[in-house]
Amino acid sequence: MAELKERLLQILDEKGSFDTLTLAAELGVFHQKVVGGVKSLQIEENVINAEALSKKGWELTDEGKEVAKEGSHEARVFHAIPEGGIAQDELMKAFATAKIGFSKAMSSGWLEIKKGEGKPLVRRKVESIDDTVQPVLKRIEAMSFDEVSDKDKQEFKKRKLINEVAMTYYHVTKGSNFTTQLNKQETDLTAEMIASGSWKGVPFKGYNFNALGAPPPCGHLHPLLKVRAEFRQIFLEMGFTEMHTNNYIESSFWNFDALFQPQQHPARDAHDTFFVSEPANCLVLPDDYVKKVGEMHSHGGHGSQGYSYDWKLDEAKKNILRTHTTAVSARMLYRLAQEKPFKPAKYFSIDRVFRNEALDATHLAEFHQIEGVIADRNLTLGHLIGMLYAFFKKLGIHKLRFKPAYNPYTEPSMEVFSYHEGLKKWVEIGNSGVFRPEMLLPMGLPEDVRVIAWGLSLERPTMIKYGIDNIRELVGHKINLKVVYDNPICRLETD
Amino acid sequence: MHVKDSTKSIRPFVVSAVLRNVTFSPASYASFIDLQEKLHQNVCRKRSLVAIGTHDLDTIEGPFVYEARPPEQIRFAPLNQTREMTATELMKFYEVDSHLRSYLPLIRDSPVYPVISDRNGVVLSLPPIINGNHSKISLSTKNVLIECTATDRNKATIVLDTMVTMFSQHCADPFTVEAVDVVEVDGSVSQCPELRSRMETVSAKAANSHVGIEESAERIASLLTRMSLSAELQADGDSIRVSVPPTRADVLHACDVYEDVAIAFGFNSIAKKIPETNCIGEQFVLNKLTDKLRLELAMAGFTEVLTFALCSEDDVSVKLRKPLQSAARIANPKTCDFQVARTTLLPGLLKTVSSNKNMAMPLQLFEVADVVLLDSGEDVGARNDRRLAALFYGKTAGFEVIHGILDRVMQVLAIPTQRYRVVATEDSTYFHGRCADVVVDGRKVAILGVLHPDVVTHFDLAAPCSYLELYVQALA
Repeated sequence: MAELKERLLQILDEKGSFDTLTLAAELGVFHQKVVGGVKSLQIEENVINAEALSKKGWELTDEGKEVAKEGSHEARVFHAIPEGGIAQDELMKAFATAKIGFSKAMSSGWLEIKKGEGKPLVRRKVESIDDTVQPVLKRIEAMSFDEVSDKDKQEFKKRKLINEVAMTYYHVTKGSNFTTQLNKQETDLTAEMIASGSWKGVPFKGYNFNALGAPPPCGHLHPLLKVRAEFRQIFLEMGFTEMHTNNYIESSFWNFDALFQPQQHPARDAHDTFFVSEPANCLVLPDDYVKKVGEMHSHGGHGSQGYSYDWKLDEAKKNILRTHTTAVSARMLYRLAQEKPFKPAKYFSIDRVFRNEALDATHLAEFHQIEGVIADRNLTLGHLIGMLYAFFKKLGIHKLRFKPAYNPYTEPSMEVFSYHEGLKKWVEIGNSGVFRPEMLLPMGLPEDVRVIAWGLSLERPTMIKYGIDNIRELVGHKINLKVVYDNPICRLETD
Repeated sequence: MHVKDSTKSIRPFVVSAVLRNVTFSPASYASFIDLQEKLHQNVCRKRSLVAIGTHDLDTIEGPFVYEARPPEQIRFAPLNQTREMTATELMKFYEVDSHLRSYLPLIRDSPVYPVISDRNGVVLSLPPIINGNHSKISLSTKNVLIECTATDRNKATIVLDTMVTMFSQHCADPFTVEAVDVVEVDGSVSQCPELRSRMETVSAKAANSHVGIEESAERIASLLTRMSLSAELQADGDSIRVSVPPTRADVLHACDVYEDVAIAFGFNSIAKKIPETNCIGEQFVLNKLTDKLRLELAMAGFTEVLTFALCSEDDVSVKLRKPLQSAARIANPKTCDFQVARTTLLPGLLKTVSSNKNMAMPLQLFEVADVVLLDSGEDVGARNDRRLAALFYGKTAGFEVIHGILDRVMQVLAIPTQRYRVVATEDSTYFHGRCADVVVDGRKVAILGVLHPDVVTHFDLAAPCSYLELYVQALA
């Protein structure tokens, strides 16, 4: 290309101007190549002036291209006949256009048919022939239109070998900045240029600011876990202590019984809970406490009616995959209750829980639960509401509403709703409540100690924030890694 | 209703009541049926604890008998059928019924099935499966017999109380119910429904203190009455005697009453306060370390994934060319995806690669998460173990890349190269000659290597792969 450009400039210098069509023919170069060179020169400011003109021209059809390459059909037929002749039907099969070629050859008097016994035989009638078509088409291909007679042009157009087209060509003249020396433009500063000072006075190629830069090689954190990190941060900012939740397998005792959830409760069904067959039962439970819990279930006490049923230790020992991290909160509160004198505490956890429920676009068997717990004397429902406002404010949510709800282990229980500006409606964002005395008193917590708690799932706010409809696009091995690659930094306080 | 001894082995309890001169409308009729279904699903724990039967009293004649007979000896036309069948035939008949077949196991294997019949031997019902067609109720039924058979007497009482309190308003004499005498096996007679109500005394001060409001005792009493908990302020100006009706079996403790106070007051009207609890927060050290390691892996150019803790048995054994090592097993998996809890992070990472085969290679993935191991030293018999896994999948195996990650992790944990040894080892999951244990202070803290080609193909992949799994808790 560079050579062509230089050549064109030289020619322009000598002749003062040229037009691409004629020049292409003269140089024996394809017209498109010359046009390419002209266009490339146009990039340099005002080196040349190129005026676009239109002219009638001719181009070969596909059939025409084939003829230019292989020869006319009739010529090919002629050359396909061997010394002794050839059976007519065989000749017809020689190539696709043999039939057409045959009739033309016959009418030109090039062939004769011998009929007799057996199949008709075709033989050459003349010694040699001139293919008048192929060379003409070649001239048209080379764009030497003036060397082709109008008669031929019309005939070949009729035979659909050529088409008349409008061709764009250029009339090129010198521009105001004309020069035969094409300066090679530098693309980048180099160390050598700076060292030698050769950068001065050298033109630099323009930079395309509209293209993207080179993407840096980088690693990525998972979108859900970025949200998890934000929530951890929020709790720590509020002075909460992280619970040790690294135990997916839990006993029914800590997961249900200690929370005053009765053994006949439907949630303890195999339908909702994953039971563990190995290890099937837990090995160690705090005996005294277990007895107190059993009493509370069966007969009540501490001002409660209890559930009036036969509580069974065997049922409590059954191991499951925990259905909520509240099981760990129970363990922590029990441990807290053993320390005398009582010291208030604030706990949080964000970890995986397991439900054996029906799976759909927004539900998986495994998901993450966020839980906050405060144990202190004389806490009220008003404190829980205040805490919820403070917590959700850190997520940029300022408008909350509460609805009565039911949990086996909290009373009162409240569903928490926030106003979603985008969806223009109130959506449920969490659950909360005050732990029942039946749960706290057997642990040995003082009677005036009240424990407020709230929880939400980690997946739901993440899916709402990133506009993800199917949870499998976020969690698990079916995730499209592009989602992880492209995920922005997590800022919960902005929308 | 006479109870026979034979029921003891299968379904010992029954309670019953009558609603007289009822007028059903299509809406109340539908609601009546609906209530039974709802109760069956919840309190009755899918009919296993209590089963409700309702009958047109005018089609049958008391006294009634509740007993348990061998299935062949029970014969009647069930609800909406004209043909009479024995209980054995009924068991087969309802096997194809999508709704009823889940209840069949409750009595199927017992030598005797529970059955209620009237003085003429007409079968009312085969609890907990189906009622008889003879006594079925319709829109025109005037007198309703309700019977609840149960394995839990307390629940049966609550269920019956709920049924009658909710529908007695449709009786000609509203809110009246006719009692039924239940003659127990030992001859004692009890009357149902019990319509238990009890008195609970709460303190207005305590109510205020729990809810976080400051209302007068009179106001609190009136709030409760509005919630259908009839409340009377006592002479001392603080105690409130609350009458808990049979419809409120959920009121077990004063806190249930406080909730009603709060609801009547309005949750959204309670003034919010920030608890004054002063605590200094603390991170769980293992989680703190985990988050820092995750950052380091991302900074090293690896991409984080989050995979499932549950998987199939094969995922952690056959597919990894190893026998199944002590893994925690799920008793009731719905599919093979939930058979065991993972003992290594490898299958999850390989499955992620498998779902992203069209992504540019090499794929460099990591995960820092828990696996589950059996451990009889733990109170539940198992524990979680935090692992760090890094995987390289590309046109070449990239073992040196994974080895480089190991070195980097050691570096950021301030473990100098002299302190950790990379010892060549053989492990069936890995390619021969390309596997090593990492040992620190005589303890194995990690394993790394090029995965065996069979492992790669087992996960539907076709390019070489290197892997590192580090035991975070051994290095914490």
